[in-house]
Amino acid sequence: MYTLSKNLRLTAFIFMAVGAILFTVDYFNLPKTTADVEALEAAHGGGHGEATTGSHELVTSHDATNAHESDHGEAGGHEMSQEEHLEHTLVQYQNKPWSAIYIAAFFFFMIALACLAFYAIQYASQAGWSPLVLRVMEGITGYLLLGSIIMFVLLAFSGFHINHLFHWMDPELVKVGGDHYDKLIAGKSGYLNVPFFLGRAAFFILGWNIYRYFALKFSKNQDEATDNKWHKKSFKAAAGFLVFFIYTESIMSWDWIMSLDPHWFSTLFGWYVFAGMMVCAITTIALVTIYLKSIGYLEKVNDSHIHDLAKFMFAFSIFWTYLWFSQFMLIWYSNIPEEVTYFITRIEDYNLPFFAMVAMNFVFPLLLLMNSDYKRINWFVVMAGIVILLGHYVDIFNMVMPATVGKSWSFGFVEIGALLFFLGLFIFIVFTSLTKRPLEPKRNPLIEESKHFHY
Amino acid sequence: MSTGSHVIHALYTDDDVLMNAVKETRKKHLHINEVYTPFPVHGLDKAMGLAPTRLAITAFMYGCVGLTVAIVMMNFIMIEDWPQDIGGKPSFSYIENMPAFVPIMFELTVFFAAHLMVITFYMRSRLWPFKKAENPDVRTTDDHFLMEIDASGHDLQELANFLVGTGATEINLVANEE
Repeated sequence: MYTLSKNLRLTAFIFMAVGAILFTVDYFNLPKTTADVEALEAAHGGGHGEATTGSHELVTSHDATNAHESDHGEAGGHEMSQEEHLEHTLVQYQNKPWSAIYIAAFFFFMIALACLAFYAIQYASQAGWSPLVLRVMEGITGYLLLGSIIMFVLLAFSGFHINHLFHWMDPELVKVGGDHYDKLIAGKSGYLNVPFFLGRAAFFILGWNIYRYFALKFSKNQDEATDNKWHKKSFKAAAGFLVFFIYTESIMSWDWIMSLDPHWFSTLFGWYVFAGMMVCAITTIALVTIYLKSIGYLEKVNDSHIHDLAKFMFAFSIFWTYLWFSQFMLIWYSNIPEEVTYFITRIEDYNLPFFAMVAMNFVFPLLLLMNSDYKRINWFVVMAGIVILLGHYVDIFNMVMPATVGKSWSFGFVEIGALLFFLGLFIFIVFTSLTKRPLEPKRNPLIEESKHFHY
Repeated sequence: MSTGSHVIHALYTDDDVLMNAVKETRKKHLHINEVYTPFPVHGLDKAMGLAPTRLAITAFMYGCVGLTVAIVMMNFIMIEDWPQDIGGKPSFSYIENMPAFVPIMFELTVFFAAHLMVITFYMRSRLWPFKKAENPDVRTTDDHFLMEIDASGHDLQELANFLVGTGATEINLVANEE
């Protein structure tokens, strides 16, 4: 049995405390009134009032094709007055801390969720190499319940207009004949409306957590069993869950991320988010496994297991890049205004994170993990893993921030604080959850194969 | 008979038995010339003590060549020789049109790496069209595994007893032709 060491617990709490402090400090420095925004812009050399035409212009625009939340000034619509601009920028600054929390919460939540899917794949495919690391996966999915509840609370905050992350939730937009009537959003309101949105979220969260509950129960019962009855049940539950997961994961990524840009859509978005969360989950499994092995647990896990995990990290990094590029190239080439604004915003306003992310998520793991021998060297895997995790955090940042904060983004203490806080929470919950069961499944029918696994 | 150049062919009917036999044989410091199997046996190369393959390194270099060829080729075709205006994206510079060329860059990288790696493998293994098979026993293409041991300078009876002990179902003494 693994016991949570005092140092690790302390580290987790320090992360949380430092994160909370950084967040709070920066939160109070953010502009609270339009006067603050004006002062801030004056300090930045006159601001960019002239060039910026934001969501107010777009939602009132008659030309619905260029109706995107972020700026698309040259395509038409009226120039915003100075007050409108200040108002709009203030909303962006108000969104900033919420977005920071949302990104960090989603990032760690998706690791737990994808880890659960990877766990189910092991059972459904009857994988012989992995039973030794199944308990590590069970531990990481321990964050799922809390993480999904936090996500639901955040979504509910948006739904009850405590923040303005989801533009389409503004009831003014769907009021026929109103000043802010938006034809596109009104057309989608049968699907994008707050009660249905929260209902879907609740249903998905319930489904995932029910599977996790039974998967852990079956796995625990199998330890004490005399036959393979519970293992067979695990197999069936895993197969059923994977079907449920791939539908709900897609819809979840449309709802929770893609709908932040309500005019834009991409048909492979669900896959894209899936690839990103999968590579993060596998990286986390590898990091936790290496950590536990380094402090003397999991002594049966050998280099070949790490090698296999690193192969998955490498493969899913390339899969992620494939989807990222497929999404980008088609939209870039076809150059349809309502689609291409998505990438124009990201390349013009988020140039550094946009391209740094490709380097971190593709070039770096490609070069570092290509060599077969390097996948067996633990510190290489750890180094690649940390860069991959940071890169995918930036990926989520790029999905959320341009839609909610637009040009007013920066990577400040709010973002770092939220990230550190959730990192601490994640570490604490995951490692507490690892102490609940023996780290080696006792009577998994495939455990012998896993112990003798060699490449 | 114990003098001169001879090899022993020990035949096995199971890959696990063969793997153990190979390990035992190496422990006794006998020289294994070659092992013939009906299918690739996982881990056999390590058990035999063969040097790791350098094919992966050549594959990487061929991939780099393929990528370079793709870049140079697309630059010549699409930018220098016959620039066109496709979808409102005039072909004036390579870098601005680069996303459109990525699929070609990717495909040629794979194409060069795969084909040249196979050709390298054939050359390194001395395989070419119409080459006569170097197979001592046709049963190794069906369900038998054959381990060829250099028998020169060993007591043949002792060697045979040892090989039977490792699970060989048949042992043949063959005079080396070379």
